[in-house]
Amino acid sequence: MAVLEDIKNSIITYKPAKTKEFCQQALDEGIEPQLILSEGLIAGMAVIGEKFKLNKIYVPEVLIAAKCTHAGLDILKPILAAAKAVSLGKVVLGTVKDDLHDIGKNLVAMMLEGAGFEVINLGVNIDPEKFIEAIKEYQPEIIAISSLITSTLPNVEATIKAIVDAGLREQVKIMIGGAPVTEEWVLQIGGDGFGKDATAAVDAAKKLIGVA
Amino acid sequence: MFHTEVRSKNAIVTIGRDLPAVIIGERINPTGKKKFGQALLAKDFEYVRREAIAQVEQGADILDVNVGVAGVDEIAMLPEVVKIVSETVDVPLCIDSSNPMALAAALKVYEGKALVNSVTGEEKSLVSVLPLIKEYGAAVVGLLMDDTGIPNDPEKRLAIAFKIVERAEKLGIERSNIIIDCLTMTVSSDHNAATVTLKTIERIVEELGSNIILGISNVSFGLPDRNSITRTMIAMALKAGLTCIIMDPTAEGMRRTVKTSDLLLGRDEWSLNYLAEYRQYSEPQA
Repeated sequence: MAVLEDIKNSIITYKPAKTKEFCQQALDEGIEPQLILSEGLIAGMAVIGEKFKLNKIYVPEVLIAAKCTHAGLDILKPILAAAKAVSLGKVVLGTVKDDLHDIGKNLVAMMLEGAGFEVINLGVNIDPEKFIEAIKEYQPEIIAISSLITSTLPNVEATIKAIVDAGLREQVKIMIGGAPVTEEWVLQIGGDGFGKDATAAVDAAKKLIGVA
Repeated sequence: MFHTEVRSKNAIVTIGRDLPAVIIGERINPTGKKKFGQALLAKDFEYVRREAIAQVEQGADILDVNVGVAGVDEIAMLPEVVKIVSETVDVPLCIDSSNPMALAAALKVYEGKALVNSVTGEEKSLVSVLPLIKEYGAAVVGLLMDDTGIPNDPEKRLAIAFKIVERAEKLGIERSNIIIDCLTMTVSSDHNAATVTLKTIERIVEELGSNIILGISNVSFGLPDRNSITRTMIAMALKAGLTCIIMDPTAEGMRRTVKTSDLLLGRDEWSLNYLAEYRQYSEPQA
């Protein structure tokens, strides 16, 4: 199954068209889509995540690698859905109300997807009510909230409070990230997890659902 | 062409396109600095004093003061730190917060004419920050984002600049007291980010003539050797029309790049500023 190695390499060498091509080839060879995902795409993103953590590669390289993964997922998704392949878990993520930063959040989204989570990315400037609607609609295991400016940190607290008030706190774990956020503060305001960067966020998410 | 004056109790700094670029030291800001955040929470102001002195020694004309970090009450902390920095160094201050109440509290204790960072094109910012600028006779940074976000198009950013200037002038704030921040986005996630910023600067110069400010360091986020990228951006942006720069004056070669750009842009008669800079600071030796 050399093609799985090809998929992985196409991600590590940043060639989205190749990733797509090799994923199709793998399907044509009759390889299980779940295996293509784990041994091809996720294996590739794991290498990327590790290199990023060690400062061997940089943000643009992670973004183009994520593009590769998406190109591959586009091919696999319909088949995975049909086969009801199990994901690690569902994550609803968004940047908090009044905050428009999205690079870090999107990086986290891509890394989570690459690691095998199903991600629902709500976007930026998300009201507490929208997070609550999303919990009801998607029934995620994890809510991930991003806040990049200090003036929107109170909105993170407000979002958590709204989730508690809606009686939904018990059914989700809450992760928070962003430049002014610290782990102490996350725990203090009643959150569950924190990652200082996208790779750490994936580790934290895995820990929260008990697969780390 | 506009001149913007910013004052402390004992010093005046004038910003203008025919004058040398003004350096605003960015280091009194806890974002991403864990130790500084902890020191603030513990009300330990030694770090603030040290950074204030170091930046002025390294050529900062104005100091930015930002205390925004999780767990800190900015409304109480910002005036306190503004007072401490004012007592430590003579330069004027750029009071930096997105919380209008914290800005009001800091302006109340500031002696002089502060630069306030910032007002945006968002309705709730315009209505809460601009009256403060008028009340305290301050200068203000106008950030080119609005209720729809940060446009990726120079013409749309220009439209926000017009909106901020019009709303300010309606309150009786002179255009010379508005410095436009064209926004430095990071080139690591969008390879056109810097060209959009540079084009926006050129358009503001053509259409409004305002002074222009950038928080320059963001351009290099996510890439190695950030210093090289940031310094090159400084040179390019000064050529485009930048007049004051929020930057780290202590970072190697950064201040030298500013002085060199002034020299090459004809703002340093007989190279006197460049030579003074060269003699005062030993880095980097030719």
